[in-house]
Amino acid sequence: MADFDLESAEGRLEALRRMVTIRAFDEEAGDRFADGEIPGFVHLYIGEEAVGVGTCAALESDDYIASTHRGHGHCIAKGLDPKLMMAELYGKADGYCNGKGGSMHIADVDAGMLGANGIVGAGPPLATGAALTIDYQDRDQVAVSFCGDGAVAQGQVHEAINLAATWDLPAVFVVENNGYGEATPLDKQHNVENLSDTAQAYDIPGLTVDGMDVTAVAEAVAEARARARAGDGPTFIEAKTYRYRGHYEGDEEPYRDADEIERWKDRDPIESFKRRLIDRGELTEDEFDDLQAEVDAIIEEACAYAEEAPAPSPAEAYDDMFVDTPPEIERFAEAARTQTDGGRAGYGSGDDTDGDHRGD
Amino acid sequence: MMAQTELERAEETETMTVREAIRLALREELERDEDVYLMGEDVGLFGGVLEVTGDLYEDFGEERVRDTPISEAGFMGAATGSAATGARPVVELMFSDFAGVSMEQIMNQMAKMRYMFGGKAEMPVTVRTTEGGGMGAASQHSGTIHSWIAHFPGLKAVAPGTPESAKGLTKAAIRSDDPVFVFENKMIYEQRGEVPTDEDFVAPLGAAAVEREGEDVTVVATQRLVGESLETADDLAGDVSVEVIDPRSLYPLDTETIVESVRKTGRLIVADESPLSYGTHAEIVARVQEEAFFSLDAPIQRVGTPDTHIPFSPTLEQEVLPSGDDVRDAIDLLT
Repeated sequence: MADFDLESAEGRLEALRRMVTIRAFDEEAGDRFADGEIPGFVHLYIGEEAVGVGTCAALESDDYIASTHRGHGHCIAKGLDPKLMMAELYGKADGYCNGKGGSMHIADVDAGMLGANGIVGAGPPLATGAALTIDYQDRDQVAVSFCGDGAVAQGQVHEAINLAATWDLPAVFVVENNGYGEATPLDKQHNVENLSDTAQAYDIPGLTVDGMDVTAVAEAVAEARARARAGDGPTFIEAKTYRYRGHYEGDEEPYRDADEIERWKDRDPIESFKRRLIDRGELTEDEFDDLQAEVDAIIEEACAYAEEAPAPSPAEAYDDMFVDTPPEIERFAEAARTQTDGGRAGYGSGDDTDGDHRGD
Repeated sequence: MMAQTELERAEETETMTVREAIRLALREELERDEDVYLMGEDVGLFGGVLEVTGDLYEDFGEERVRDTPISEAGFMGAATGSAATGARPVVELMFSDFAGVSMEQIMNQMAKMRYMFGGKAEMPVTVRTTEGGGMGAASQHSGTIHSWIAHFPGLKAVAPGTPESAKGLTKAAIRSDDPVFVFENKMIYEQRGEVPTDEDFVAPLGAAAVEREGEDVTVVATQRLVGESLETADDLAGDVSVEVIDPRSLYPLDTETIVESVRKTGRLIVADESPLSYGTHAEIVARVQEEAFFSLDAPIQRVGTPDTHIPFSPTLEQEVLPSGDDVRDAIDLLT
């Protein structure tokens, strides 16, 4: 069953709520990163909310998504818990990945989230693999991969689409074309104007949609999902969108000017969808303010949770490498747990170190 | 003693080649578990370029023995995504040299997903791949890369040296919930030996096999060099008593069995076809010196490929490939 559906007024409100939640989460994450509270790298989704939310609106809750390094929005769109997400950004034990993944790797496979990913273009093969499992086990699901325009220049993306197309797998490839591959504009990375032209090479449908319009994205993905479930294979969807922030937080953005950002903000996905709901009589300004306040409270609660959550114990560094932990790792884990030798153990504790047992 | 014990315990055995032993392992696991499927280049209709998958396609069909396009990154990634979502793919990477083409999916996805996700993924994927020179296949089809994989955190690596291990390790890899690479030396596919026919016989990951007991020198040998070291040991019988250990599993590595042997013999030779520098030899040597330094009576010797690629011309290939003769020279040096 879908979590929310743009066909119903209730679903539309939920879509708006998720977009607002993404923006509030990422604005807060950006501030907290700037304050030095969040370590590592942070890549924000602000401006692209309609793509993640529109896509997930067209999915059933047990469908899979494979995400990118700009993954917070996909997580929230998929229904993941902002508390556990923020705790992960803080590197806390209670985060989605117990503090081992951080912003770039939030995952919850049981919830259908196959992970944000630090490698550009790595998600599509994983989604193809999930689609393969679905097909192989005759399950009633689809697997969607998100990737950016920059990833479309990566070989493994094409291999993944070709494989899914050749095998008619229930996969959907959603390309978030935000105009820049890191700091390099689209026209310096690709020779086609519409990345969806790529689909021709695989003889699958390729369409370009307005990535600032949550409804347009949802309709395209719904059609792609139906096609995938009918056994007709994958669809390539290019959603033209825009990121308001830099490639990463702290990016000084010498590669674009402020006017360009302002022009895109005129078509803001949240503002325009909110306006549409008001025009349809499904929302009032006051109700929106309430929704915003409710979301702000959720994010505030998430931050408080993250701040107070315990840090992982050093011994947890040795957990989760394997299902069946080998002695090579277990000896370090054991030492860290007991802290008998400063937490590090080498080989060599067992020899006849007095030399008495030398051979002859 | 592992190998002997397992063989002794086995109620029934059959003589077969390494190739047949692997095929039998694949067949048994396909029969045992519906979630297991095979995929790779030409593994289906064609039966595999080195004929390992043989007639499995006819018996199990194209869904379960799946021909892939020539796109190692794509299908290695697909295997990773498929394993993370509930299937148990067994991938054939035709030549281990091709790992380069798919290394992103191996090192950043397959190896790291479980850890990065805080344990929220299992990765029951098996990658079978061929290694080694000796066929005149030149540098891009003769490499031995198991040191890369065994070195990379998050992956397990096994390398059979006998038909029995080939069957047992392949089955253990497929049953493991962790990613396991099975490195098959292509020159021993025709090697014959006794193989337990019990469908539940597995060679546990991380357990070495003492293939021959001896008192004077320990030879830790892998893959093709297991057989060649055993022959060398036979030749020297009466003069030198050689213990031959096949670690079978490179990661995890059964340090205990090796160290115990070195404590007895005081001498160690590590024979492995991979390049000599920074690799499998070094790891085994390091562990032995950490655990049993004072038991050593002589410097440890390494037998391997002298950091070259594998050349095409048979004379050149024979020059660089390690062999039983090199093991014999090392034994002469130590005894």
